[in-house]
Amino acid sequence: MSANLIPILWESTLQTLYMVAISALLGTLGGLPLGVFLATSQRGELLSAPWVNKVLGLVVNAARSVPFIILVVAIIPFTRLVVGTSIGTNAAIVPLTLAAVPFIARLVENAIREVEAGLIEAARAMGATPMQIIRKVLIPEALPGITLGLTLAAVSLIGYSAMVGAVGGQGLGDLGIRYGYQRFMPEVMLAVVVILIVLVQLVQSLGEWIAARVDRRAARNRGH
Amino acid sequence: MTGTPPANAAIIFDKLGKSFAKAGSGQVMALQDVSLTVPTGSITGIIGRSGAGKSTLLRMVNGLERPTEGHVQVVGRDVGAARGSDLRAIRRDVGMIFQHFNLLASRTVWGNIALPLEIAGTPSGQIKARVDQLIDQVGLTAHRDRYPAEMSGGQKQRVGIARALATSPKVLLSDEATSALDPETTQTVLELLSQINRDLGLTILLITHEMAVLRDIASHMAVIEGGRIVESGPTYDVFAKPTHATTRSFLSGVTGATLPAFVAARMTTNRPDGPAQEVIRVTFAGQHATDPMLAMLATELGIAANILAGAIEEVGPHPFGNLLLSIDAPRAAEARAYLEQHGLTTEVLGYVR
Ligand SMILES: Nc1ncnc2c1ncn2[C@@H]1O[C@H](COP(=O)(O)OP(=O)(O)O)[C@@H](O)[C@H]1O
Ligand SMILES: [Mg+2]
Repeated sequence: MSANLIPILWESTLQTLYMVAISALLGTLGGLPLGVFLATSQRGELLSAPWVNKVLGLVVNAARSVPFIILVVAIIPFTRLVVGTSIGTNAAIVPLTLAAVPFIARLVENAIREVEAGLIEAARAMGATPMQIIRKVLIPEALPGITLGLTLAAVSLIGYSAMVGAVGGQGLGDLGIRYGYQRFMPEVMLAVVVILIVLVQLVQSLGEWIAARVDRRAARNRGH
Repeated sequence: MTGTPPANAAIIFDKLGKSFAKAGSGQVMALQDVSLTVPTGSITGIIGRSGAGKSTLLRMVNGLERPTEGHVQVVGRDVGAARGSDLRAIRRDVGMIFQHFNLLASRTVWGNIALPLEIAGTPSGQIKARVDQLIDQVGLTAHRDRYPAEMSGGQKQRVGIARALATSPKVLLSDEATSALDPETTQTVLELLSQINRDLGLTILLITHEMAVLRDIASHMAVIEGGRIVESGPTYDVFAKPTHATTRSFLSGVTGATLPAFVAARMTTNRPDGPAQEVIRVTFAGQHATDPMLAMLATELGIAANILAGAIEEVGPHPFGNLLLSIDAPRAAEARAYLEQHGLTTEVLGYVR
């Protein structure tokens, strides 16, 4: 591989990291509260709002059943409205975020539902408000699960970000297609795939490491 | 509730009823016409089988369940009618401990005990002082930075107790708090509860399915069956003169005396023809427990009683004895009358040839 490809690979990697980081962040900002609400708003639950819960559940399911590549194309007008263009990393962040929000919401919902009902009961018995229960009990107790969920979401976003490359995004996917496929430089394609594998591994390991750090559910040797 | 409640009542259940909608259709009557007064400063125990309605009754006291009929008053306030911040204020006056402890796995011992204070909006300086004091009170100072997963059941329940006491409640509710613990640990936790009751004058309402728990710490008790209170009163009185079959069956488990297997196997409920022995249970209460009643039975009436089994133990501060006897059937009624006359309680268990 010629040396002048290295800066391009580096730049594309940074673009991918940028797209994934920002869309994961925005996806969490939207998906976390949505997931908490979905997990606490069925009939008789903390924020009991069964109809809103049903409607949001349907919207989330609908959003998750649209194939990502179709979502990217379908929301081009919206993307233009938000970032003023439909190509480039910032434009790619719009569909990535839109895909991340419902995905993260479901992962968060699952993690919150794993929290024992007895803990909610204990907090209610202490006189906690629903918001206090969410902030002081549900989220801290679900944190290991939420962390693993966000890890899964970030890994999926790495894959999706490569896909937006095919439709005018930038980053590793775009590089792979332009050089590896259109200019027939298989070594670039290989380099892109290797970098993607390494990125996924790093994100996965980091996520698992953080999840283990925040998980206090099992006894462990704490070195004393 | 009309009129003023008795000044010495911490909790009053007044014709309380609770029904749940059944899955599908219809209703489950979990509680019916429950009236009971929990004296201030008492340890009152409610015993019943699984599904009798114990937890539902307890959860009415802090408004985790609302009555569908009647009222619950806690230190003079109607819990069923309270909403929002009024209800949360009542809950801060009522601590609760649980069978499975319900501690946050994500918080240390210290953090778990601090939680109710954080919820109450206590300033952090005060939280620190109070939590340190509570940890000391339940004997866990050395474990303050541990997580629940690193502790034994007994230690976890101590954390649960400290947490329940954090906001200085007037009433402590205990939902089978020792049912997940081994017998030894159960004793230490019960002792801690007794001590708290004595030192802080805290009223404790506990539910259990084990008569031994009531025998060991409850000053007052009630028996619940099918959502109704079938018997209630000072623990000693109920132990000495149980009136309901359910109470008797719970008692037979703790009052030590059980029939030897060879007798139990041959025993019939109806008196057989021909010579037979009547098997009776005699309950000794108070000073009678030490009276030589059987000797008197022999000398005064000339009736010989065979002792099949017996035990004497303490219920609260009083001795409490239990004897299983067999007596010649034709004279058994006479013997029972004599014993009853002298303040003992008797119960016919059956007959053997
Ligand atoms: N939330 C509920 N919904 C429907 N039925 C309930 C509910 N809670 C309790 N019950 C029913 O009420 C009865 C009493 O339950 P509970 O108070 O838990 O009994 P215990 O604590 O004595 O075992 C049972 O028949 C139980 O199935
Ligand atoms: Mg129960």
